[in-house]
Amino acid sequence: MEKITFEQLQEELYYEKLSNGLDVYILPKKGFNKTYATFTTKYGSVDNHFVPLGKDEFVKVPDGIAHFLEHKLFEKEDGDVFQQFSRQGASANAFTSFTRTAYLFSSTSDVELNLETLMDFVQEPYFTEKTVEKEKGIIGQEITMYDDNPDWRLYFGLIENLYKNHPVKIDIAGTVESISHITKDMLYECYNTFYHPSNMLLFVVGPVDVEQIMKQIKDNQAKKPFKDQPEVQRQFEQEIPEANEAKKVLQMNVQTSKCLLGIKALHVEQSGEEMLKNELSTNILLDMLFGKSTANYDKLYNEGLIDDTFSYDYTQEKGFGFAMIGGDTSDPEKLVETLKGMLFEGKEQGLTEESLERTKKKKIGGFLRAVNSPEFIANQFTRYAFNEMDLFDVVPMLEKITIGDVKKVAQEFISEERFSVCQVIPKKKEAS
Amino acid sequence: MAVISETVKEMQGYKLHIVKTEKFKTNTLVWKMKAPLNKEDVTLRALLPYVLQSNSKAYPTSTELRTYLDELYGASFYVDLSKKGEYHVISFALEIANEKFLSDHTPLLKKAFEFLSEVLTNPNVTNKAFDKETIEKEKRTLKQRIQSVYDDKMKYSNSRLVEEMCKGEKYALHVHGEMDVVDAITPESLFSYYEKAFAEDELDFYIVGDVSEDEITSIANDRLQFAHRQPIAIDMEKDTNQREVKKINEVQDVKQGKLNIGFRTNVVYGDEDYYALQVLNGIYGGFSHSKLFINVREKASLAYYAASRLESHKGLMMVMSGIDHKNYDQAVSIIEEQMTAMKNGDFTEQELTQTKAVIKNQLLETIDTARGIVEVLYHNVVSHQDITLDYWIEQMDKATKEEIVKVAEKIQLDTIYFLTGQEVAE
Repeated sequence: MEKITFEQLQEELYYEKLSNGLDVYILPKKGFNKTYATFTTKYGSVDNHFVPLGKDEFVKVPDGIAHFLEHKLFEKEDGDVFQQFSRQGASANAFTSFTRTAYLFSSTSDVELNLETLMDFVQEPYFTEKTVEKEKGIIGQEITMYDDNPDWRLYFGLIENLYKNHPVKIDIAGTVESISHITKDMLYECYNTFYHPSNMLLFVVGPVDVEQIMKQIKDNQAKKPFKDQPEVQRQFEQEIPEANEAKKVLQMNVQTSKCLLGIKALHVEQSGEEMLKNELSTNILLDMLFGKSTANYDKLYNEGLIDDTFSYDYTQEKGFGFAMIGGDTSDPEKLVETLKGMLFEGKEQGLTEESLERTKKKKIGGFLRAVNSPEFIANQFTRYAFNEMDLFDVVPMLEKITIGDVKKVAQEFISEERFSVCQVIPKKKEAS
Repeated sequence: MAVISETVKEMQGYKLHIVKTEKFKTNTLVWKMKAPLNKEDVTLRALLPYVLQSNSKAYPTSTELRTYLDELYGASFYVDLSKKGEYHVISFALEIANEKFLSDHTPLLKKAFEFLSEVLTNPNVTNKAFDKETIEKEKRTLKQRIQSVYDDKMKYSNSRLVEEMCKGEKYALHVHGEMDVVDAITPESLFSYYEKAFAEDELDFYIVGDVSEDEITSIANDRLQFAHRQPIAIDMEKDTNQREVKKINEVQDVKQGKLNIGFRTNVVYGDEDYYALQVLNGIYGGFSHSKLFINVREKASLAYYAASRLESHKGLMMVMSGIDHKNYDQAVSIIEEQMTAMKNGDFTEQELTQTKAVIKNQLLETIDTARGIVEVLYHNVVSHQDITLDYWIEQMDKATKEEIVKVAEKIQLDTIYFLTGQEVAE
């Protein structure tokens, strides 16, 4: 077991790669009541085109299957895993993103028992035709719920605009139609391909005894006969560098318009330090341009173009990435024009040393706030690790970023052909 | 085991609550102001904190104010409004890095105090009026905030349920106030309300973090002094009229129907049977092992979510679920049947023990966040009680099946609200 110490943060992280390939991390948190554990596979909604375990040919699976599988893993022959966790005083959950599926619990007692349950339920699938059919009704309602949610529609509408071929444009839950094709055999095929320990990471954070937890995890894994498995072969169609569509307007049952400006990422082949640096620099750039202390923000707010729903973010993964800027607005057209103007202006001038230093301070304070949260640590650490980055490199990397780095990002990133806009506007009343 | 302990000090016009803990890398300051809900003031109260947080005399523009916060290692500063029973509560929250985790050892906590007292006591005011431009901007944003509830159908249907259920009661007022009175607010009228609120509201100041009690008390005493006051205590309004269950169908262009059902629990925080009520809610609909989740979602496959929650100070229990329009009758009857099961004591020993374990877990998890600690402790201020968390957990753990059945008998179905895309036959 390896011990990694972060002196400034006063944290210690323990790591071991088990013989079956599983990466295990434990971060002891004194003074906390809760232990939070996530068991995550590097398998998300974008992994829809791959070579199944033991086969030679690529297959395409129905949209929404990774998420569907996540739901179905909770159901066992002898009942529902939620029930078992709550008998053990824990609360359990799971989520599927573009690139990951995570299973988790948090509990303030019986941690060992709950950890055992977590490892076992994720590693012992039980799918039947009957339970698969039943789930279609439940997930159908989940999909319909999102259909009525204007923020979700806006977000996905923008991704659909930005990407032409990449499966990031597919809604994580799929559609009522696409999930209707899912069978138990498909679920097993995806499960066997992506849920091998060598494709997974287990993170435990809380007031735990590190030695004991590590031993428990090893013993549990040693009991399970995993055969070595080659790395999964995934395939993604060639994507175009520019935005696929410049604009989309959705009419919905809302009173306030919403508008997001998106910018498609450039360096989506990156990983590790290079990716960390690019992601942080781009986020710093957005902060310097649109943070609450900027003249731009003040102008947008004073002109009534934004309200407190305004936000911006940049994220990248292997194969895709985007910045999004916007929120509720009284004038979506004017907001787009103003934001674009500000982006082009920022590209040429106004990125100062002073504002960079302030933004870095803000980011460092924000990171300290974030590491108060065991959920943040476990989930983000996993995301970073899957991209060969280290969450605890964030502060040292922030300190290293120079104004030259930020200007370089501004120069290459801000470019009209990678812009796209999505708007949700109030539905016009039908003529009667 | 004392899970958290607060030191409460009577200060000049407010109470100072200090929770000393080493588990966070930040220190959190929360300033709370509480007043009885009423129609005349609620919109003023919804506007006031947003005006105060946008600038002050020392930081006359929001750019200057936010720049200063960035300098303080991106201290997060925001305001929040809530209804606790028939009280309206304004919170100002400031969370700032603890400098012991930074290479730069500027005393940030002291600066945070100074900043918060600046914002609260030195607003951007001339001649007994707030800055006109600020008021106009914040009025516009307030209107957008009020309006935006309509666009989030989950929030909207919940808010409509409360509106219908508590018609004529103060609790029906919206936390962000009323759209049609925003325009009439002036820089002068808001300032006179500011003076009134700081003279009459019940004020509480929470500090959570690795802090020294003496230091905090002395800074607070230097920086924040207000007139003594006798906080106004009210009795919650009770709707004692026995009437038929109210049924509301509202048609809108939505794909998923939103079913929201309101019950009167006739029990509030601090009542002897409040703990049994908590367990009841947990067995009935609070969790993913609860009857609603199992029966509406897992067995009938009608919904993705089906849950209940309590409003502890008003005495309400609210069920929410998103369903297909055509399944309305089936969903309502399952939800009603499950309540009948509670009243009949139709739940197992296992449901009882697992619910208690999960409630305890949830509470202990809540106090792993600074804001959670403040919210848990603030229940005592609202209810004028002095219930420690240990006592709360102990009482909840003691609740028996008989007590739960007894409290179930007090629960009355009040209103069934359905937001639907098509007319539903009655």
